[in-house]
Amino acid sequence: MKMKPAKQVSNSTRSNLITIGAIIIVYIICQIMIANGSISNLMKGLLIPLCYYSIMAVSLNLTVGILGELSLGHAGFMCIGAFASAFFSKVTVDTIPNVFIRFTLAILIGALAAALLGSLIGTVVLRLRGDYLAIVTLAFNEIIKNVMNVLYIGVDSEGVHFSIKDAASLNLEEGGQTIVNGPRGITGTPKDATFGIAILLLILTFIIIINLVNSRSGRAIMAIRDNRIAAESMGIDITKFKILAFTISASLAGVAGVLYSHNISTLIATQKNFGYNMSIMILVFVVLGGIGNLRGSIIAAVVLTLLPEYLRFMQDYRMIIYAIVLIVMMIFNWNPKCIAWRKNHSIKGYLAMLFNKQKKEA
Amino acid sequence: MSFISYVIRGISLGSVYSIIALGYTMVYGIAKMLNFAHGDVIMIGGFIIFTIMSTMGLNPLIAVIVAIILCTLLGITIERIAYKPLRKAPSLAVLITAIGVSYFLQNFALLIFGADTKSFTSVINVPDLKLAGGNLTIAGETLVTIPLCIIIMIALTTFVKKSKTGRGMVAVSEDRDAAILMGVNVNRTIAITFAIGSALAAVASALMFSSYPSLSSASGAMPGIKAFVAAVFGGIGSIPGAMIGGILLGIIEILGRAYISSQLADAIVFFVLILVLLIKPTGILGKQIQEKV
Repeated sequence: MKMKPAKQVSNSTRSNLITIGAIIIVYIICQIMIANGSISNLMKGLLIPLCYYSIMAVSLNLTVGILGELSLGHAGFMCIGAFASAFFSKVTVDTIPNVFIRFTLAILIGALAAALLGSLIGTVVLRLRGDYLAIVTLAFNEIIKNVMNVLYIGVDSEGVHFSIKDAASLNLEEGGQTIVNGPRGITGTPKDATFGIAILLLILTFIIIINLVNSRSGRAIMAIRDNRIAAESMGIDITKFKILAFTISASLAGVAGVLYSHNISTLIATQKNFGYNMSIMILVFVVLGGIGNLRGSIIAAVVLTLLPEYLRFMQDYRMIIYAIVLIVMMIFNWNPKCIAWRKNHSIKGYLAMLFNKQKKEA
Repeated sequence: MSFISYVIRGISLGSVYSIIALGYTMVYGIAKMLNFAHGDVIMIGGFIIFTIMSTMGLNPLIAVIVAIILCTLLGITIERIAYKPLRKAPSLAVLITAIGVSYFLQNFALLIFGADTKSFTSVINVPDLKLAGGNLTIAGETLVTIPLCIIIMIALTTFVKKSKTGRGMVAVSEDRDAAILMGVNVNRTIAITFAIGSALAAVASALMFSSYPSLSSASGAMPGIKAFVAAVFGGIGSIPGAMIGGILLGIIEILGRAYISSQLADAIVFFVLILVLLIKPTGILGKQIQEKV
C-alpha cells in the first residue's frame, strides 16, 4: 500500500485499477495452481461459475446501486442470453469451426438478445416504482423461465420452426434438427467457455460499467437515483436514462448467461438456475457487497459462492449456517446498536489510538 | 358444467391465496417490508400438522390448533430476532434479512423432515357435494375453504376497524411518527401484525395442503410468491384488496391451467399481474399517493 500513485490519477480510477489488477493476479495464481495440479477438481469446476456470478452481481449492481431500482428478475436475462447463444452455437457448430469466432459471435448474440428483451421489459416496468417494480421484474423472470420450458424450436433446410406444444408439431422435414426441446432444453452445446475468456469478460463488464458511471449518462442516471424530481427539472430525460441503464444491465446478464450455457452440456431452465431464486441470490451478493460498490459485488459473489462449498463438511447444516450468516451480517451492518459498537471497536480506531499514544510518547 | 366447476375450484384456491395474502399485505402496510419468509411459515405449518396427525395420530382439529399456536410463536420470534433490530435500516437490508430467514426455514425443514415429498392427509372430513345429478362435484375442502375465508375476512376487517389495536395498526401504517406521538406502541403493533399474519398462514397451510397434498421444504415458496402477487394485484396494504386479488388470481390460474396450458399457468398469472399494474400502477384497490415536491 506504499505505492506512490501516479499524478493526475483520481482516487476512484486508482481503486478500479487495483480491482482489475487483483482480478488478473487471481487469474494468474489460479493458472499456476492448475498447472501445478494443486487445485481440487471442485475448485476447478467453480472457476467459470465464479466469473459468471460475478458478472451477474456487477451488472445487477448497475440496476440496484447506480440506477436505484430494485430488480428481482435478473436471472431472466441470464436465461435469455444462455438460450439464444446456445441455440446459435449449436446451429453453427459445423459451419463455423473456429471456436474463437463462434464464441465471440455467441457472446454478441447473447448480449443482444438480453438487451432487446431488457429494453422491452424496461419500457414496461420502469413506469412503476419501488416494490411494485420489484414484483413485476420477478413476474417477468418467471414468465421467461416458464416460456423457455414449453418452447420447441427446430431447424431444417426451410428455416426455423417454432412450437409451444411438442417436438412433433414442429413439422420438421427429414434431416431437420430439434434444437430447443421444451423442458429438456438444449443438449450438446459446445463447451466453448474457458476460464481465460470468463475472466476477460468479467474485466470487460467491470470496465463498461465503470465507464458508464463516470460518463455524462452515468451522472444523469445517478442524479435520477438521488432525486428524480430534481433531475427531471434539470432537463434529464428520465425514461431514456432509466431504460439505458436497465438495458446495459440486462445485456451484461446475457453475457453471464452465455458463459453459463457454454460451460454445461445440458441447458434446462429450472427454478434453481433461472428462477427468481437465482435473481434473489444475485441480489444478496449485491447487497452484501455494498450497494453501488462494484468491487464489493465481485468479492461477495466469490465469497458467498465458495462459502457453501467450503461448508460441505458440515453436510446438512451448511445451508442453515449460510442463512444465519446472512441474517447476522445484515443485522451487524445495519442495526443502530451494532453500528455504534463498530465505531467504538473498529480496527482503524484502535490503530489510531495506538498511533496517538506513540506520538505522545515520542 | 366443467367451466362452473373450474371456477369454483378457482375460488377455492383463490381463497387460500387471499388468506396468505392478508399476512403479506398487513405486514407490508405496517412494517413497509416484503416478508419473503411468509411462504415458508406456511410450509412449517404444513409440517407441524403433518407430524401431529401422521406421527402422533391425533385429531386433525388439535393438529390445526397446535399449528396455529406454533406458527404464531414462530412469526413473533422471527420478527423479534431478525426484523426488529433493523427497524430503521434501508428496506433492501430488511428484504435480504427476510430472504435469509426464508433460507433458514427451508433448510431447517429439510434437515428435520428430510428431502422426500410427504403426502399430506386432508384435515377436512366433509363429504363431496354432488349437484345437478352428479354432473357438478364440489370437493369437501372447497365447501370448508370458501366460507372460512369469508369469515376470516369479516373478522379481520371488524378487528382492524373497531378494536383499539386494529385502529393502532391503521395509524402506524398511515404515519408511523404521528402514531408514536398519539401513544401507539409501534413495536407491539408490529409484533401483533406478525402474529396475526403467521396464524393465518397456519390456517392457509391446513386448507392448501388438504387440497394439494404434496408437502416438501420448498412447497411454501411458490404459493407465498403467488399470494404476494395477489396482494399487489388487489393493491398492497388493503385487506379487501387482498381478498379480491387472491380470488381473481386463483380463478385465472385454474382456468389458465384448464383451457390454455398447464405448464404456462404460472406465466399467465404473472402476465395478468403485469397488465393490471400497467393499467393501474397501485393495484385494483390501491391508493394513489400524490407526490409532493
